[in-house]
Amino acid sequence: MDQNINITLKVWRQRGPKEKGAFETYKLNNVSQGSSFLEMLDVLNEQLVNQGKEPVAFDHDCREGICGMCSLYINGHPHGPDSAVTTCQLHMRKFEDGATITVEPWRSAGFPVIRDLMVDRYAYDKIIQAGGFVSINTGGVPDANAIPISKKDADLAMDAAACIGCGACAAACKNGSAMLFVSAKVSQLALLPQGKIEAARRAKAMIAKMDELGFGNCTNTRACEAECPKEISISNIARLNREYISAKLSD
Amino acid sequence: MWLLNSSIGRKLIMSLSGIFLILFLLFHASMNVVAVISEEAYNLICSFLGANWYAVAGTLVLAAGFLIHIACSIWLTLQNRKARGGDRYAVNVRPKNVEWASQNMFVLGLIVVGLLVLHLTHFWYKMMFAELMGHHEVALGGAIVSPQDGAAFIRYYFANVWIVALYLVWYAALWFHLTHGFWSAIQTIGWSNGIWLKRWQTISNILATLLCLAFAFVTVFFYIKSIL
Amino acid sequence: MTQINSKIPGGPLAEKWKNYKDHQKLVNPANKRRLDIIVVGTGLAGASAAASLAEMGFNVLNFCIQDSPRRAHSIAAQGGINAAKNYQNDGDSIYRLFYDTIKGGDYRAREANVYRLAEVSNSIIDQCVAQGVPFAREYGGLLDNRSFGGAQVSRTFYARGQTGQQLLLGAYSALSRQIGLGKVKLYKRHEMVDVVKIDGRARGIIARNLTTGRLERFAAHAVVVATGGYVNTFFLSTNAMASNGSAAWQCYKKGAYFANPCYVQIHPTCIPVHGEFQSKLTLMSESLRNDGRIWVPKKKEDAEAIRAGKLKPTQIKEEDRDYYLERRYPAFGNLVPRDVASRAAKERCDAGYGVGSTGLAVYLDFADAIHRLGKTVVEQRYGNLFQMYEKIVDDNPYETPMMIFPALHYAMGGLWVDYELMTSVPGLFAIGEANFSDHGANRLGASALMQGLADGYFVLPYTIQNYLADQIQVPRFSTNLPEFAEAEKEIQERIHRLMNIRGQRSVDSLHKELGHIMWEHIGMGRNAAGLKEAIQLLKALKKEFWSNLRIPGRADDLNIELEKALRLADFIEIGELMAHDSLDRAESCGGHFREEYQTPEGEALRQDDTLSYVSCWEYRGEGKDPLMLKEPLDYEFVVRQQRNYKN
Repeated sequence: MDQNINITLKVWRQRGPKEKGAFETYKLNNVSQGSSFLEMLDVLNEQLVNQGKEPVAFDHDCREGICGMCSLYINGHPHGPDSAVTTCQLHMRKFEDGATITVEPWRSAGFPVIRDLMVDRYAYDKIIQAGGFVSINTGGVPDANAIPISKKDADLAMDAAACIGCGACAAACKNGSAMLFVSAKVSQLALLPQGKIEAARRAKAMIAKMDELGFGNCTNTRACEAECPKEISISNIARLNREYISAKLSD
Repeated sequence: MWLLNSSIGRKLIMSLSGIFLILFLLFHASMNVVAVISEEAYNLICSFLGANWYAVAGTLVLAAGFLIHIACSIWLTLQNRKARGGDRYAVNVRPKNVEWASQNMFVLGLIVVGLLVLHLTHFWYKMMFAELMGHHEVALGGAIVSPQDGAAFIRYYFANVWIVALYLVWYAALWFHLTHGFWSAIQTIGWSNGIWLKRWQTISNILATLLCLAFAFVTVFFYIKSIL
Repeated sequence: MTQINSKIPGGPLAEKWKNYKDHQKLVNPANKRRLDIIVVGTGLAGASAAASLAEMGFNVLNFCIQDSPRRAHSIAAQGGINAAKNYQNDGDSIYRLFYDTIKGGDYRAREANVYRLAEVSNSIIDQCVAQGVPFAREYGGLLDNRSFGGAQVSRTFYARGQTGQQLLLGAYSALSRQIGLGKVKLYKRHEMVDVVKIDGRARGIIARNLTTGRLERFAAHAVVVATGGYVNTFFLSTNAMASNGSAAWQCYKKGAYFANPCYVQIHPTCIPVHGEFQSKLTLMSESLRNDGRIWVPKKKEDAEAIRAGKLKPTQIKEEDRDYYLERRYPAFGNLVPRDVASRAAKERCDAGYGVGSTGLAVYLDFADAIHRLGKTVVEQRYGNLFQMYEKIVDDNPYETPMMIFPALHYAMGGLWVDYELMTSVPGLFAIGEANFSDHGANRLGASALMQGLADGYFVLPYTIQNYLADQIQVPRFSTNLPEFAEAEKEIQERIHRLMNIRGQRSVDSLHKELGHIMWEHIGMGRNAAGLKEAIQLLKALKKEFWSNLRIPGRADDLNIELEKALRLADFIEIGELMAHDSLDRAESCGGHFREEYQTPEGEALRQDDTLSYVSCWEYRGEGKDPLMLKEPLDYEFVVRQQRNYKN
């Protein structure tokens, strides 16, 4: 049964990308365990605003686990200690009375801090812009049922397409690698006949952009998969490797 | 050259050189087991692998494999540290399903290489290298032996409990390194999927265990033999 | 008095859109390169429009308030998207989709617009499949469909419970391709704060860079607003935290009519409110009503015992359960339109049969479905929704029924647009949820995705050319023109005023108060007395806001409290306009339910003779009452009836 708990928060505060950050400690009493982690931060911010202080900046939007905007590295886990959820779906019942909770931003060279817990994840968009699409224009496409697609492939593509682009994979990775993110998009499109046509070109372009942006090299630790709120599998990374290597070999 | 210029290319170098080294280890372990069965047979292999052109060529290829694997790992590790960014996490937790070895491959590799140097001074330096330098006899403890008498070297070194202990630490590090290394190499080549991932991991564990047990068995066998 | 011209093309219903396209003006490829278009928003409508316009050759400036275009709230749509493909061979057709949508909207939408929507619906599915959207498929490899509220055919395409996500990512990928090619210039973490008019035409916007806090000017030949709806006026809704009505509201203040603000949709299947710290409500997809059965206890004492925690729902016998939707609407059962289902839930709870600790919840039960289909099938269909429910409520819906309650979800009202999707300001277009056009007084499930993508892929890219064809001689505007300076100065002053109130109250505390007023008086049941009271309460709240607000930090810096304050200032005014419009519309239709106007059985009672029009509100300046203009809704093709979902 949900109760009210008292907690201590250690929150990373940093004015800007170039400035030095540090932890600040806050105490919060009577936090409902039924509230979400972000609602708890709302309460903290309300408290700070009422004291005339600047609230803690953090990214969030849909608050139902799908937009991928929320981040936060909570007690050593991207999106906190619960499995298969984003921070906005994490509830305070996962914490006990008297707990100290450490909240850090994503730390990865690819994601510079903007303010406090807010980071810039535009690098992921740039990778998509390099090739994460099917090169067709609006209109002039065949009927949707013109090409049957096996249910198995459609389901696998959907598994990969569930990625929300939150950045937890790179944040969790000790190498700061974005391979899970890239592999999810490459896999989704390589599995479908519509995307297959430019699969080789896509894999090469996206990997080149990923490398250029300074993400690290995948060493298959599987931390990304373990922390991914959408449980994207590293079998996608194997597929990406396959796609990339065969694309390069057939050049 | 995409093998050097791309992350997956560099990983592929790690993967292929790693698999090559595993093949060498399989050979080496088999050869060691021969020493338990017959020291003469073992010495035959040692003389075969002496200062012959094919053995030297093989050694050079092997050394290149090691060097490529090591150099590439240093390069990748430096890049990965840089990719991690300036500030480190204050709290680090290893998630469930993440093997300890997978996050410590470089450290494990360092241990393996460190002890490899010791191993080379024990054996290779006094065997193939000595022969290449034109020596037909080398000092081993108080005795003088032929550089092709591998069994003598084994008997001598594995009689020392400290050396045996160091070698066992070495095998343990190697075991950890291989349990992750093998399936990771396969994954990097791309020969994996949802079903095969688990299979490759099991195969990795079996392979690493068999290899390290074989090495350890020979080491311990000669130690016990020496104290009996 | 100003005449409203909706520019509906002539001819038979099924040929209007074709006729329009055959005779509209176009812009040739060389000229397209010389024209700039601002698209504000990157949801389904914004992203699809920006991508399509760029593909055609226009230069597009695209804005989003999040860190990436992929975050827009279209992504949260779960259930599906309608199209009249008739793949299931169950009698669907363009006309039937049109008819269901008109009827679902309680006959308060334009026939021509809705027909066009149904017409292009099929192209949307083709387009999305070609982009690599992984829709659900049958074992034979063809697309699967499910059924949704308000329809007797299965015409809803879906991608698990994440259809909105997959469609948005499809549009986002097309947009990303154009950004990569340099045809779209993307401005992220930028919020539009004003539209700039030159000689009566929309020629640019002022946007606040949310990272630096600076105001920036952007000029173009046309401006497209795709900024979604305004239901966050209610504070608690299923919308995202940053969803707001400010961009549309600035257009209204610059002369664009605001149409039908009273039509907001209250979605019947949301997770009930749990406490005072709640920041938003989570939707449980309407698709759940395909297999879930909605009920409350038949006996009041059972309901009381459940509320007190003495009884569990699974202990209530079958004969003591009231499956009130199946009882009241045998033909459609649990799949009645959203407004009907929401009101029925409110009726039961008001009558004292509600469950949950607050009594403001009803059950959505899958026991029958699990019995009939097996747990595996139910898990395949709804697994992710069940998991989401369990994470939030800490209850296992496979074992005990879900609890649901209606919540604010979607705004049918919005900026008035003509058939070309242009507002009453020349050169200013509104698409997607931001406009009022196609859903009438109530939107059917799986129609929002359809409309957003129809507008963005297949309607606006045509109609905007009819406007731009005259603009090819117009050179690019400098942002140093006095009109830009003036607009920027106005906002600068507004921000300065907000920062200098230095009162005692946080933005959220005032927003919650606004939400209470809205929910109590302008929510699911409205009446004249309550609406008049709301107008007074809102006036007082506005005064409190402008005299007692506190915003820490600086204006020329990243300042989340200031962002929220700017939005809230507009939400309060939107609330006022909603109250006026609700008061004016003395009838019940769709999402707008006036308690004075109902049938003896409690169904909505329209007044077609007097109120068959679109209310178009014109801004007349600070402190003045807005003027209401009427666009008559002439039904040429459909005979209006009282909606009947009973038989």
